[in-house]
Amino acid sequence: MTAISNKPPLLSVRDLVVEFPTRRGTLRALDQVSFDIAEGEVLGMVGESGAGKSLTGAAIIGLLEPPGRIAGGEVWLRGERIDNLSVEKMRRIRGRRIGMVFQDPLTSLNPLYTVAEQLIETIRTHIDVSEKEARKRAIALLDRVGIPAAARRIDDYPHHFSGGMRQRVVIALALSAEPELVIADEPTTALDVSGQAQIIDVLKDICAERGASVMLITHDMGVIAETADRVAVLYAGRMAEIGPVRDVVQAAEHPYTAGLMGAIPTLTQTADRLTQIPGSMPRLNAIPQGCAFNPRCPRVFDRCRAERPELIARASGRHVACWLYETETENV
Amino acid sequence: MIAFILRRIVQSVIVMLTVAIVAFALFRFVGDPVASMVGQETTLAERAEIRQALGLNDPFPVQFFNFVTRAVQGDFGVSYRLQQPVMELILSRLPATLELALVSGVLAFFFGVGFGVYTALRRGNWLSGSIMTISLIGVSLPTFLIGVLLIWVFAVELQWLPSFGRGDTVYIGDWWRTGLLTESGRASLILPAITLGLYQMTLIMRLVRAEMLEVLRTDYIKFARARGLSNRAVNFGHALKNTLVPVITITGLQMGSIIAFSIITETVFQWPGVGALFIRSVQFVDVPVMAAYLMLIALVFVVINLIVDLLYYAVDPRLRVDRSSARG
Repeated sequence: MTAISNKPPLLSVRDLVVEFPTRRGTLRALDQVSFDIAEGEVLGMVGESGAGKSLTGAAIIGLLEPPGRIAGGEVWLRGERIDNLSVEKMRRIRGRRIGMVFQDPLTSLNPLYTVAEQLIETIRTHIDVSEKEARKRAIALLDRVGIPAAARRIDDYPHHFSGGMRQRVVIALALSAEPELVIADEPTTALDVSGQAQIIDVLKDICAERGASVMLITHDMGVIAETADRVAVLYAGRMAEIGPVRDVVQAAEHPYTAGLMGAIPTLTQTADRLTQIPGSMPRLNAIPQGCAFNPRCPRVFDRCRAERPELIARASGRHVACWLYETETENV
Repeated sequence: MIAFILRRIVQSVIVMLTVAIVAFALFRFVGDPVASMVGQETTLAERAEIRQALGLNDPFPVQFFNFVTRAVQGDFGVSYRLQQPVMELILSRLPATLELALVSGVLAFFFGVGFGVYTALRRGNWLSGSIMTISLIGVSLPTFLIGVLLIWVFAVELQWLPSFGRGDTVYIGDWWRTGLLTESGRASLILPAITLGLYQMTLIMRLVRAEMLEVLRTDYIKFARARGLSNRAVNFGHALKNTLVPVITITGLQMGSIIAFSIITETVFQWPGVGALFIRSVQFVDVPVMAAYLMLIALVFVVINLIVDLLYYAVDPRLRVDRSSARG
């Protein structure tokens, strides 16, 4: 796994807060989320549905759906602050510097335009090349993501492609202007199992080739374990734990992460029942005081119910937001 | 493609024949054609002679066949009221109606799409709100009332525009009298065109707005934005094209209604078109004209439907697929 270098991170998210004003008060969907993505790194982002994974991606790329808005914190891309850019400047970053792959390939492509039209349009929006040159690049890209007979199929419409092939087209589109960071929001959820591994491989390989970092949003721990360098665990809009994937998977420190890992079946162990975390994630308007996880936590104690734990740096290079580890860090 | 067109043409012919039966039934069973044609003093023997000469004693299928044969050649007989060939009458009035319908159709389409897109993109600002409110009035006010109101404001009070008629007209070719080339002709066209097109415009506008809002929520629009395409490319290149697919159908059908229902507007503005001709014919039970008008409107609808289907075909590539190669 990649060691974290001393270079400034490609993407740095600091205390990001996303809020949704509603009639019954403001809902805080992301609460002081902080993490970095290094050059060439694959960061996995996991959590239950509604934990704020996709929202983090949307906030970074500046496509929060109103009335959702960034209410605090900063997003830095290669040393440049991007969360407060003008609409037009942010548009230039989307696609060109941060690409995005969505969940459902069947609905991600405009049905009325050929693949060629959509690719060439995207390339020429960001890169000053001729139509002919853009087409050449588009064919090369399709070829690279594994579309057979790309030169011929490029003039087909999206409905001519199967789901897996369409997701390859989507990846080609997201990468067409050679972004430095790709945010992949559950890119395999809508595909059948045999296609999932292929898509992840294509995405990982092509990004590695170009040195692009990846933020991989998923709830599939298997995909994370195989693909990611580091993993970030979100719970109720807060960062619970972040660290190198092997450490987190094999020796989770936050009780929530431990619960998640316990829910994954393995081949080596036999168990009658998989462990499960009792209860469910709190709704955004009913997040408990103190640690958001405290009502479900097997190791809860008084302090968890009163004070909210900060992310604490641990010796292993990971960060955990849990009071269990506070005393130890004070000694480090 | 060719099979598709052929199928549609066969369907169109069936529709036209059905309408022909209705039109023919009008001829045959509404009043007595002979009584309408002759004067008080005609003897019974003369009447029987005319009846025989007109073929009214033939069996029903033969009469219907003769009616259709003549109709196809454009022969709908002679107007009882004006004693002129019906086709000649209609052709002389048709340009007025077509010009009015075309102008109001184009107005309705462009303003409808324009306002619809604007209100969809600028949801919540005061101008969108006002447009939506005004459009509600446009939908609910009856056409004749709008016409009368426009006449009152712009013709009577302000005296900017003429209140009736077609203004000066000039001939293009042998029979097409147009008002579009003269100033008074164009001025006369404005009020009737607005009256006729207003309802259609609000309808199109509301449809475009609803469709556009739907399309803007789709994943491919989000993905287009995530690729950094400009707002203009996303809104007008990607969203509008998808919006227009269903709008084309409705607009096409509306074009038919505009021609068919120009009757009211033509009456209010004394516009010398086929609608006004039809109303007079109804008053005088001028059956040949009524029958011909019926056939003409049916033809308009059938032709427009055909064009709409072909447009659909051109816009949406998913329809062009032969079934075997769809979905890999």
